[in-house]
Amino acid sequence: MKKPSPAALFLGFLPFVGVCFTVPLWDRVNPVVLGLPFNLFWMLAWACVTPLLMLWAYRIERRR
Amino acid sequence: MSAPATALAFLLGIVGAAAAIGIGTARRRQVDLEQWAVAGRGLGLLLVWILLAGETFTTFSVLGISGWVYARGGPTLYVLGYLILAYIVNFFIGPPIWEAGRRHGLQTLGDFFAKCYGSRALTAVVSLAGIVFLIVYLQLQLTGLGIIVGLASFERIDQHAAMVVSTAVVAAFVWMSGVRGVTWVSVLKDFLLVAVALVVGVGLPYAHFGGIGPMFAAMLKQHPGHLTMPGGTTNLTHSWYVTTVLVNSCLFAWPHFFGSVFTAKSADTVRRNAILMPLYVLPLALMFFAGCAAFLVVPGLKTGDLALLTAVRTTFPPWLLGVIGGAGALTAMVPASIQILSASTLLAKNLYRPYVAPDLSEEGLSRVAHWAVPFIAAVALYFALHSSTTLVGLLLLGYSGVCQFGPGIVLGLAWKRVTSAGILAGLVAGLGVAGGLTFANLDPFRGINAGFWGLAVNLLLVIGVSLAAPRPVPGFD
Repeated sequence: MKKPSPAALFLGFLPFVGVCFTVPLWDRVNPVVLGLPFNLFWMLAWACVTPLLMLWAYRIERRR
Repeated sequence: MSAPATALAFLLGIVGAAAAIGIGTARRRQVDLEQWAVAGRGLGLLLVWILLAGETFTTFSVLGISGWVYARGGPTLYVLGYLILAYIVNFFIGPPIWEAGRRHGLQTLGDFFAKCYGSRALTAVVSLAGIVFLIVYLQLQLTGLGIIVGLASFERIDQHAAMVVSTAVVAAFVWMSGVRGVTWVSVLKDFLLVAVALVVGVGLPYAHFGGIGPMFAAMLKQHPGHLTMPGGTTNLTHSWYVTTVLVNSCLFAWPHFFGSVFTAKSADTVRRNAILMPLYVLPLALMFFAGCAAFLVVPGLKTGDLALLTAVRTTFPPWLLGVIGGAGALTAMVPASIQILSASTLLAKNLYRPYVAPDLSEEGLSRVAHWAVPFIAAVALYFALHSSTTLVGLLLLGYSGVCQFGPGIVLGLAWKRVTSAGILAGLVAGLGVAGGLTFANLDPFRGINAGFWGLAVNLLLVIGVSLAAPRPVPGFD
């Protein structure tokens, strides 16, 4: 199997930091953003950012 | 028409339309297992996206998420978290799996292990365990169906009777249409699911509180601790969250998921699909809102699984309850179809043929796979009728189990020194630890997901045994 590039792996790792490992830092209700408790807002923000990061990773992988 | 009759008429109309689409879009002759199980490896980006969404967004998305928010609150965020991450894993692991599948004609998870490790014992353990977890997942869909029909009929139709009838419908449908037909039904189902998510996720908060923001404000004022972890529980803490999200991000190891990778036209289709999938988390967030509304509007229900539809029933007219119930029924029936199809193919191809009838022709194999459909469906129905575990409990058990396949898949593709003895030892130990903890009611154990304990033991053994007794495996190169 062709190994993925370190840059693509790094981009894929960022959401793991964002929505998984850092949970004690963002699992709170304040500040309320757009009417949503902070933890829910944080999660939805990552749901939107992740496809962009992976699109970037896709571009990097395709160029190789 | 009375309220229950109206609701049921809409529900049955939707299910009937779905069945017509499924049977109408199926290829007329389905003797070929390659067509039936992996659609001849011919689906493009959009259809694969819909098929994968069809598999991921199950009755659990409708009843389970809202039910968990209702009963437990904050810990429910794990569902959104792992769905964002699981497709990143898929982005990297999906294309090599597809590539191996194309080169070696793989159709199932069992095929992958058979080809990669050349071990009959390992293939048998993987296939058998895969079928067991699929049956657990199926049982969850059937239980959900029973709840939906029961509530939508205002308890006029017995839940058990509804489960028996809908299982028969699903089995007949899989037999006739195969994976291609199921995918087309998924189109209708996903469209309805998003519409329903909007109706309940926005409509319930507006009807009772005048908006989503005011609803959360009321929630935080009355129950300030419910929306953070551990919420309504004592043991679903941050360490539980982290380990559960990691365990569940092994989504690709589910046999039906694994099989669906092979339906794609190209490795690139698989990869582009993985980029888009996290967006599907957004409708699920709406189900999260709906669960909050139900928590405030209809407190004190016996189980969270009933929360969403009870809130809908007290808020909206019966026809809308019927539409929501119909969409809910499809979110149970579509994944149930794929799971039955996947379990039947595993049973026929990776257990029956190698052990019972080694000389079976391709056509005979396809016939056995078809006959396995009613058998698998009946077993799942039996357990669904006789078990009382809640939806999420069942799902967590399945995920703890399937993630034990992860090392065998990833290392089989990426680590040259892995051995079949190592994988077998790790798998058996991992399944033992995860299953033992779950059945002893010790999940989470010391704040950590049972599947994660299993995975830790699993990996240690895989690496230890592989290094101690080197023995190259066939692999894919």
